[in-house]
This record gives sequence, C-alpha cells and structure tokens, in this order.
Amino acid sequence: MFACLHGSGNLTALGFEFSPLVEQTAPDTVTLDASGLDRLWGFPQDVAAAMARRAAEIRVKANIALAANPDAAICAARGFPGVSIVPQGDEAKFLGPLPLACLAPSPELLETLERWGIRRFRDLAALPPLGIAERLGPEGLRLRELARGEADRKLVPLDSPLEFEDQIELEYPVELLEPLAFLLARLLNGLAARLATRALATDELRLRLKLENRATYARTLRLPVPSLDTKAFLKLWQLDLAAHPPEAPIVHIWMGMNPVKPRAAQAGLFVPLAPEPLKLELTLARIKKGSDAFFVPPPATPPPAKNASDPFLAFLALRRFRPPRSARVALASNQPSFVAADGIRGKVLEFAGPWRTSGDWWTTNPWARDEWDIALSDGALYRIYCEPRGWFVEGSYD
Amino acid sequence: MNAAALKKQFESMLVASRPSPELVPSGISGIELPRGCLTEIIGPASSGRTSLLASILAAATAREEVCALVDAEDSFDPASAAAAGVRLPRLLWVRCHHNAEHALKAADLLIQGGGFGLVAMDLGDTPPHAARRISLTSWFRLRRGVEHTPTVLVTVARQSNAGTCASLVIECARERVTWSGARGTSQLLRGIGVRARSKTCSPVFTVVAI
Repeated sequence: MFACLHGSGNLTALGFEFSPLVEQTAPDTVTLDASGLDRLWGFPQDVAAAMARRAAEIRVKANIALAANPDAAICAARGFPGVSIVPQGDEAKFLGPLPLACLAPSPELLETLERWGIRRFRDLAALPPLGIAERLGPEGLRLRELARGEADRKLVPLDSPLEFEDQIELEYPVELLEPLAFLLARLLNGLAARLATRALATDELRLRLKLENRATYARTLRLPVPSLDTKAFLKLWQLDLAAHPPEAPIVHIWMGMNPVKPRAAQAGLFVPLAPEPLKLELTLARIKKGSDAFFVPPPATPPPAKNASDPFLAFLALRRFRPPRSARVALASNQPSFVAADGIRGKVLEFAGPWRTSGDWWTTNPWARDEWDIALSDGALYRIYCEPRGWFVEGSYD
Repeated sequence: MNAAALKKQFESMLVASRPSPELVPSGISGIELPRGCLTEIIGPASSGRTSLLASILAAATAREEVCALVDAEDSFDPASAAAAGVRLPRLLWVRCHHNAEHALKAADLLIQGGGFGLVAMDLGDTPPHAARRISLTSWFRLRRGVEHTPTVLVTVARQSNAGTCASLVIECARERVTWSGARGTSQLLRGIGVRARSKTCSPVFTVVAI
C-alpha cells in the first residue's frame, strides 16, 4: 500500500512520521510506502484518517490518497480533494473521472488527445494499447497505464534527515535525579540504537529540560572521542546534573545527539599504556566533584635542555605554596636573617640573592620583586621574595 | 624443625609462588619501582623527595605512559617539572585544594579507571597528623586497586603512612646543600646531595638547581 500527500506545508516531515521510505515526487507531492501501517491503525481508511489528523496537528494542508501502487495514489491525491482510498483492482474505475491534466502529459500530447476528444482518464484507459503505441509511442502507452491505475514502480526514497533527537513530555514533574535517570536512559538507548543502525556514533550530547517554572535548562556534554556507550553517557549525565542541578522540577525532556563517524582505532601490541578516553572522561567527571583535574599544557617557552645522561643526577623541584605565605623577615645589612611565616620559622643560615624579577611593565599594573633562596635553621630550603606589599614565602625546594 | 625454620621455609615458598613484579626505572640509577605496587617516598622538607618524584615522572612520560599526579596541597610547580624533563601533556594534574580526603578519593578513582602508567599522590606538605588520619583500610584499598595492574602507585609524604600496604619505602635524606660563590655576596644555590634508602639499595644522587 502506498500513500500520497499533495498540498502545501512540510509534507516530507509528515511522511517520515509514518514511513522511512518517502519519495519527494514533486515539490507539492510526497509519496510514501504505507505497507504495514494497517497493523497499527487497521483499515486503510483509519490509516488515512491518522495521517489527516497528524497533518492538521502540524498545520499541513494536503490531499491524502492511498492506493495499491504509487502512481494511482499520486493521481488520486492530485485529482480528488480530501482523503481518497483507491480500491485495489478497481483503480481504472475510481480514477476514471479525473481530467488528463492530472497525468501532466507533454503539451503536444495533451493537444493531440484533446483533438481526439480524449479528456478524462476513462477515455484514455478505453483506447486499445496497440493503436496508442502506433500513434503516440511509449509516452502514450505510459499515460494509458497511469490512467488505468496499473503502472507499478519502485519509490525513489529520500534520505531521512540525520537528526537524532527525541523528547518526552512528562505527566508529572520530576524532582529527583534517580527517576530522571530512568527517563534519560530511555532517550539515550533509543537515540543510540538509531545511530547504530546507521553505523554512526556521537561526540556531543545535548539536553534541554523544560522546568515547572517555565524556564528552560540546557546542558551539553562533549565527548573526547565518538562513542555509543549509553551506560557511560548516562553516568556522565548523572554526574553533570548532580554538579549542576536544575532549579525547578522537570516537566519536559529533550535530548539530541550529534551524529559523527565512529572512531576507528586499532590498538597495537606495542602502544604504551593509556586510559580509555571515555572511561577517563567519566573518571574526571567523578574527580571534579571535589577537585580540579586537567592535563597540563606544555610551557610556552620550552625549558633549556639539560644533560641528563648522568644516572645519579636529578633536577631540583620547587614546591609552591598556593597562595604564597605572608612572612615576617628580619633584615641584617639589608639581607634576610630571620623568617617567620605560617608553619615556617627559623634563622637564615645561607642565602642567595636578591634576584630582581619584573613583568607587566608594558601594562598599567607592572610588578617587580626581589627573590632570595634561603636555607633556614629548620632544615629546609625556601624561595622568598619581597615586593611593595611585603615579604612572602613562594615555596620550598625539595 | 623449630618455628624460625618453619617460618623461613614458609616465606621462601610464598616468595617462590608469587611472581616478582616488573620493575621500572626511576631515572636515578639504583632506584627502580615495582608495577602493581604501592611505593612510598618519604622524608622531611627539602630532602629531595619532590625532585625524585619529578625524575620518576620524567622517566614514565619519556616511556610515553600517561601519568597522574594527585596534588593534595596544590604544591606542584609545572615549570620546574618541565625543566626536569616531565612531558606535561602526558601528565594529568589533580588539584585537591588542601584536602587529603579528596586526594585519596581521586587516586582511588584514577586507579579504578585504569590505563595510567603511574599514579602519584603528593602528600608532601600535608601535616603529619592529617596524613596519619588516613585509615589503613584506605591504603589497603589503594594497594588492592593497583594490584595486578601495570600501574605504578607512588606516594610522597613526610613519614610512612601506608605501613604494610607499601611494597617499597624510599626514605630520602639530604646530605649536603651546595652553594657557589662567596658567602654573603653573590651566592647561588647549586643543588643538594640526597641519599635515598630503601630495603634493597641506598644510592646517593645529586639534585641540581635549575
């Protein structure tokens, strides 16, 4: 069974709501394979009524026709207003009263047929095929087949638009994360299954929640690699929504996935150990509940290369105090002799400095400070500095 | 056969039945760290612990392994780590904002997540009483988590906290500080000499200032 929608509005979207096989026959005509819809709605009249209802809902004005072959449905939709059901086997009789203009023949052929007094489908259908073939050629034969409702062909289906979105209208507002997780899982599984049927994955998940206070709450998850792991997606949404909860109960959920080609990577035997990207994303999301975690960007200017060939050689590391600890420093001959700060107290045994550093001198907030490396009597080595605000301990060498 | 001989025989059988873990170099000759085990680096402030950790991180990232540093006190200095040879883009830095509990949790999550060549937990500036409050159960959980994985788990602290959960304890002690130049005029901190003691070796290495 085939259905044809002829009219104005977004006919394609309407067609895709009923069938995955939709043909854009003309700018104002869409034909779709409606076989199997009878199992959902029952008789063809019910299928047509369901289409008409949906068309009215989305404000599409269209004639709807159902027939056993696509061209009969197209002719009926173009010729009869409203809903038409072309009975199988009686197509010629049903389509008979239609004018020949519904077949859209070439102007020369239409003129010839008019001169012969052939103006309706039934007139053309009654003509002998051999005579038509002799006088009008293959185009005439084709028109006769169409007029009799006997032409059969395959649809040329449109690619369905690659939009992977789904939504749920809730009957009652959801306040807690746990029931929301069930609904999110339902959406995620559906969307992931749709992506999987097209051998696609996603690298971005979008969530839009309508709240009870009529506000809209939107979140986006970007994945490091394309994936279809719905369990990981759900956990990421749970962690994200737990960290950034919406301000009111949820009444409507919309979710979209960005379709991309899946990652094709072959693991090697000699590839060094590395965390799985999606698992790492999940781990980082969990860690970020109390801490900050990030890969350290490389320094803007690479450090000077050191000769590290000596196996008994390491490089002195600084442990920074964040923020730097304010210190009281006693001076003797303009050199630090005693330092006291939070957790630090001692006599300066050795020192090196001062080293003047400055920066931002090209801005309105330049800074300059004198740095000292000191060995205190508590046994540790520190870097301290003096600036107009006072003395600070920047860190310890360890 | 007396009890001591029985104990010795039992221990030798136990050792023979368990394969010895793979050892990875630390960048310092004589110090190797076992995979799948917990290693503690301990010592007072300025004893070279952090420099040894930077050397370990540099060696691990040079092997193209992904490493994680759980920084309990936000004391990591990326500039000196980069100068020590650590490849920073392969290092995940977890800043725990002076919270040792978060550090433990983060280390546990990283180990459970898997895939890291080395996970280091820096408790070097955590007050000893706070570090001691970490229960042995937590250390046991970390040890169990890292067991049978190729991850090296390293902690840096002032004193040993993990007890029997640590397979290797490296104790750092500063032997000398090297200054150059005349005292009181134009001195320069050149470096420190460090002795690292463990149950297997006690190499002395020099830490030079950058």
